[in-house]
Amino acid sequence: MALVLNEEQQMLRDSAKTFIQESSPVSALRDLRDSGEEWSPELWNNMAEMGWTGIAIAEEYGGLEFGYVGAGVVQEECGRTLASSPLVSSAFVCASLISALGNDDQKASLLPAISSGESIFALASSESQRFDPLAVTMAAVPEGDSYVLSGTKVHVIDGGICSNYIVVARTGGNAGDSEGLSVFVVAKDADGVGCQSSLNADSRIAATVSFDEVRVDKSALLGDPGAAWQALQRAMDIGAVLSAAELLGLADEAFKRTIEYLKDRKQFGVVVASFQALQHRAAQLFCELELCRSTVLKALQALDEDAESRSRLASAAKAKMAKTAKLAVNEAVQMHGGIGMTDEFDIGFFMKRAAAACQEFGDYYYHADRFARLGGY
Amino acid sequence: MADLNDFREQTRAWLEENCPPLMRQPILSEKDPWWGGRKAEFLNEDQRLWLERMAERGWTAPQWPVEYGGGGLSREEAKVLQQEMERILARRPLESFGIDMLGPALLKFASEEQKQRFIPEIVRGEIRWCQGYSEPNAGSDLASLQMRAEDKGDHYLLNGSKVWTSYADQSDWIFCLVRTDFDATKHQGISFLLFDMESPGVSTNLIKLISGNSPFCETVFENVRVPKENLVGELNKGWDIAKYLLTHEREMIGGFGLSKTGEDSLSQAAARKLGLANGRLSEGGLRSDIAEFEIDELAFASTVERVIDEAKAGQGTGAASSLLKLYGTELNKSRNELLMSIGGSAALQWGEDGTTTLAREWLRSKGNSIEGGTSEIQLNIIAKRILGMPG
Repeated sequence: MALVLNEEQQMLRDSAKTFIQESSPVSALRDLRDSGEEWSPELWNNMAEMGWTGIAIAEEYGGLEFGYVGAGVVQEECGRTLASSPLVSSAFVCASLISALGNDDQKASLLPAISSGESIFALASSESQRFDPLAVTMAAVPEGDSYVLSGTKVHVIDGGICSNYIVVARTGGNAGDSEGLSVFVVAKDADGVGCQSSLNADSRIAATVSFDEVRVDKSALLGDPGAAWQALQRAMDIGAVLSAAELLGLADEAFKRTIEYLKDRKQFGVVVASFQALQHRAAQLFCELELCRSTVLKALQALDEDAESRSRLASAAKAKMAKTAKLAVNEAVQMHGGIGMTDEFDIGFFMKRAAAACQEFGDYYYHADRFARLGGY
Repeated sequence: MADLNDFREQTRAWLEENCPPLMRQPILSEKDPWWGGRKAEFLNEDQRLWLERMAERGWTAPQWPVEYGGGGLSREEAKVLQQEMERILARRPLESFGIDMLGPALLKFASEEQKQRFIPEIVRGEIRWCQGYSEPNAGSDLASLQMRAEDKGDHYLLNGSKVWTSYADQSDWIFCLVRTDFDATKHQGISFLLFDMESPGVSTNLIKLISGNSPFCETVFENVRVPKENLVGELNKGWDIAKYLLTHEREMIGGFGLSKTGEDSLSQAAARKLGLANGRLSEGGLRSDIAEFEIDELAFASTVERVIDEAKAGQGTGAASSLLKLYGTELNKSRNELLMSIGGSAALQWGEDGTTTLAREWLRSKGNSIEGGTSEIQLNIIAKRILGMPG
């Protein structure tokens, strides 16, 4: 496959850019923060109307079956304006788990509502502060026709606004084992579910979700008991690559704003963009961003092809992007000087969102280590 | 697409049948590749056959027009040929500055007569070319070059010297930047000349590098007569040709950032030499530096792929050569640094002059970010031409 966007993907990018710049500029995130609202249902409805919630869902379940390159294109544009929505959680990551593990009935009852935006799913997986999808201890104990779930999940993104959780729990094995992981659908309002939202540095909200002997029917289990790891790995790859796509838009936008600022700001009687010390750093960052763009697109294509190299490319993309995004926002604040430190100016929002997005689905260190492991060293 | 699949099948079959066994072995020394020219001798029969067979189809220069001996392939077909050659670890049949640098410039700027005369012999590897660009006082500031070419009616008379002329001692002809207008501003008075290195008045001296080897020369020109028909393009407009050619040179040098076909990756080399414990390299710092390098290497290879595909799809930014030159050469330097660390004391072995030990290659790689325009010059170009930063 040629490493370029095809015509359809370019059209999606153009329409996504126009839509998101108009309906959710950076000021929308600021307004959300200042008002204390957890999210914007209006933006979500508009995204659903645009069809974005169905991009990665099969046509037979009401989706567009457009693929992950399309999802990445949309995420990149969302990253540019820091638009906040449960798109990745619900329509891309949780939908992939249901598609991969669910039986026909489960898919028919769950996917159309995700595709239409009516239901919002959040992934309740992490139990540790640093990303580690195998470090799950939460137990799912079979009892008659039910499973009983007990444990606590941390940093559940969109956990406060969703309608359902996809919960990763153990029906076997111990923390660190890939065997024994199972995936359940649990309604947010089920008995025994407790949800505590908290505000993060990026002005977004994540939840700590507790499960106190939550009883679910056996039909809530997706796939065979204890056999979810393969699908989970793929879902985590999807999450990692799409968070890399968001970071690509974010870093590119922070970079563009910085270059514009350098061309505008005068000191010593000249624009500061004329200083070679700044020019070389800007040029270096430009190169890093170009390399990121190639790697992210390569990884997105590998998701669509479900290539053998998928996981390795996903880790390369997230690692490269996380490192570069940090460089981009650090350079952005430094090159903006004092004004970059003020809350009134937008560039700080880019730095804060980058820090959070770098961690989602694994940061640089996690993915560099995984890249090496998958490479046999 | 169906045509491309047919082309792949035919190419695969042809390569299987025609690429001799010795030409499917990794390149181990600087002496292994075939550079062609009047002075060269084939290392073995396989090398001769491989060149002959590939040149006959024009596949030493796959995308050049058939009328000048090229392969006439589309970008897509050339990519397929490249992939199929890599698949069987086939060597490039001909290494050539004629192909990588001069040819594209001739195709764009030369007269029909010049194309007919020079391009077919480049394709067949009959003439080895060297590049006369840098001078002792014109390095990064290339356009300040001083070598003179005076108009003597039916010929130009050349005086001056060039430096860093790669393999000048082994080359047959030179493409050379000379000053033909001594009053104009520095970019305006430069012309692009071709001439035979056997012309009276040409002499070469090898320059010994920190690697102990001498791939470069200082080349001196004393009253060298060059026929006027050897001027490429217009008089005093040579700088345009020089810049065009430099973009091809940068892409070639930037290609050093790609790992060579059939060669161990860094991590494979490390695992082989140092061993693994629980499936991992035991030195954590080295392991993470190798991972960082290999992620960058993959990102770079993807970027080369994207640049080619974008050009094909007409989406190119046209600014890629500086980026590839900068990043590729810095990567190659990192690769060599890591290879030295992996090799430990064994990597310090110096060996005989003229051999390619690890230590010598490591030292040679330091020149990658200097030759063909330093990394700092590439950063200047990116800042000014792509990012539009002033001054």
